[in-house]
Amino acid sequence: MWALRGLRNGVLTTRWPARPDDYAASTRGPATVLTPGGQASSQNGRPSLAELCPTGAISQDGQGTVSLDQGRCIQCGRCVAARPDLFGWQPGPGSAALSRTGLVVPPVAETPGRLAEVRSGLRARTRALRRSVHLRHVDAGSDGTEEWEILALTNPVYDIHRLGIFFTASPRHADVLLATGAGARGMTEPLRKTYDAMPHPKVVIAVGTDAAGGGLPGSSYAAAGGIGGIVPVDVWLPGSPPSPFSILYAVLLGLGRLPAQEGGLR
Amino acid sequence: MATGTGTILGSVPALWDELTRRVAAGCRFADLFGTAQHDGGLLLTAQLTGPAGLETWQALLPPGTVSYPALTPRLGAAFWYEREIRDMFGIMPEGHPRPQPLILATAGDPPRPGGGSQPAAAERVPEVLPSHVAGPGLFTIPHGPVRSGVVESIEYLVETPGEDIPHLNMRVFYKHRGVEKRFEGMTSADGVLLAERTEGIASVAHALAYCHALERLAGAEVPWAAGLIRVVHAELERLACHLDVIVRLADGAGLAVATARFGWHKEQVLRLVGQLCGSRFGRGVVIPGGVQGSPRIAPAELLATLTELDRSLGVDLRVLMGTASFLDRLRRTGPLAPQRAAEHGALGPIGRGSGSTDDGRAARPYDAYGSLSVRVASRRDGDAMARLEVRVEEIAQSFHLLRQAADELAGVAGGPVQVPCDPAGGRAVGWAEAPQGEVLYDVSVSGGRITRCRARTASFHNLVLMHEVFAGDILTDFPFIEASFGLSVAGVAR
Repeated sequence: MWALRGLRNGVLTTRWPARPDDYAASTRGPATVLTPGGQASSQNGRPSLAELCPTGAISQDGQGTVSLDQGRCIQCGRCVAARPDLFGWQPGPGSAALSRTGLVVPPVAETPGRLAEVRSGLRARTRALRRSVHLRHVDAGSDGTEEWEILALTNPVYDIHRLGIFFTASPRHADVLLATGAGARGMTEPLRKTYDAMPHPKVVIAVGTDAAGGGLPGSSYAAAGGIGGIVPVDVWLPGSPPSPFSILYAVLLGLGRLPAQEGGLR
Repeated sequence: MATGTGTILGSVPALWDELTRRVAAGCRFADLFGTAQHDGGLLLTAQLTGPAGLETWQALLPPGTVSYPALTPRLGAAFWYEREIRDMFGIMPEGHPRPQPLILATAGDPPRPGGGSQPAAAERVPEVLPSHVAGPGLFTIPHGPVRSGVVESIEYLVETPGEDIPHLNMRVFYKHRGVEKRFEGMTSADGVLLAERTEGIASVAHALAYCHALERLAGAEVPWAAGLIRVVHAELERLACHLDVIVRLADGAGLAVATARFGWHKEQVLRLVGQLCGSRFGRGVVIPGGVQGSPRIAPAELLATLTELDRSLGVDLRVLMGTASFLDRLRRTGPLAPQRAAEHGALGPIGRGSGSTDDGRAARPYDAYGSLSVRVASRRDGDAMARLEVRVEEIAQSFHLLRQAADELAGVAGGPVQVPCDPAGGRAVGWAEAPQGEVLYDVSVSGGRITRCRARTASFHNLVLMHEVFAGDILTDFPFIEASFGLSVAGVAR
């Protein structure tokens, strides 16, 4: 009976990233500045731009240049609703970055070649992994949604096994660490131990805004404001929670396996 | 209905007398928590659910109090609540059977919610492995906090001679995030964002309970259309959560096709929610005073999608409930006797699988539920099978409610969906029936800012019952029992 049910709807699996996927393109990333580098003056009677954001992701320098740190964006949409002239949603799954500062819009000036250096360093580390990659997930204080979205990767729509990517129970077999949550103090040690138990080469992905920048729980007696201070992070993925496609994007970005048309690397 | 400013009794023993008297008279114990007072004292608040709605009873502990006589020996349901008070305020419940850390295990100052100041971060106390059963060949399997699979962090300590599970211990403090403390100082508009993230898989229910408290404070009347949109999102969330439980149960039994099928149905529900509001978890929809906006797809299109989903899911559910090898794993697994469930006041599908007929949507209706027909699912067997049957029936009910709400929505398109709601001060309680059970929010506001926000999740209230359901069950039953509870650790540890 189940075998027949399994054939019922034909192939449901996406072919992304090899082929475009309508749903992937329609998902919503973090908020972004529509014209990076543009200047905005606050208008009378309106709250200042920085006050719009409950997690302090928006700032304005002396010249009035607006910048938005997507690593702190919890996708509440308040800035987009209040100032649609300045802020919008970043479409599609490509919201991960290879450095924490890479999540800031407009980009922070970095020494030339640093990103290329990071990328080639990561590339050299992950080359040996080829097409058999094992993921280990650790929850360091998530709200529970990131686990759902990571686990969704195993459902027939995303089916990451088709890409040679698998989940593993043992950190000894893991190549990639997916860490979620704001870095709850109680998870500091278990997270570090899991990282230490993984063999080299290893890649760490901070999955979600809480992991990347602390999110709403932030830094307190109970949380460390993200996992960046606990383990060395290679890929930073904002989102509250990030969609399964954006998690898949982040994994492929960490492995250097994104095809050119998805290569909006930053 | 109580407004949250409940009767303050003269002493803690007097409060306990009143509580035990009310519970003996048929009230359900719902919450017990502390609020730090500015003079250094502590206000103890208990919530009971009675036939007339919520009752609030309180007592003050004077400044400098280091201990009080525990309630737990007289009312077992307070077992975890008093341990939480000990963690959060550093005050010892004298006579408590196990006054060890529960949700916070540090050597630092207690956070004292309601007291304003933030404590410094402190290192976790190195703990000894607890063990309760002694005998030849007994050992403890520490399972967690990092466990196999993509799951939230919690540690189960299974004491076993090899196959049976005579005792189970849980340590839930690993992912405590300081949520209740974080609410302090927030505006009511920001607070709803944190409420959504208190227990992310029940974002909508938490936002609803939180907003109901504020709306009661402000005397705001939510527009009819907003009430309907809230029902749509709350029921879609219930579908997603119940499907998640079914995926885990099917996965536990090794039914690969069923796991894939129900995983696909769950993905479709999340995508529908995303289509409606932009977030796959319904975040940003519920705001104090109504909802953020109308759904982005027309009610007719919503109805068509629901009909198709109901049809394909319905067939799979019928096949699942006829798969003998699967059902055999659930029958008589993890039994919770109706009498124990009633004593504890078990919530949600766990309570209703053990004879309870309490569902906040029917007993204490809110938003549009009062005008829609809600039938409460209930079973008396109390095993994992009964909990699954309750969920399957609730899935059918959710489709029924969704169709009613979508029909009604078609008639009120274009109407207002929000009213102003920004209370300057006061205190009120709000509730909502989450997929895991009823969520209670007790919110205090002063000068437009939150001074104390108590979030009582069904996950916290129910998880403690897991200690008691292993009679006769063996290690391989564990995944089924855990999945059949269907709780979120984020909601437990907060």
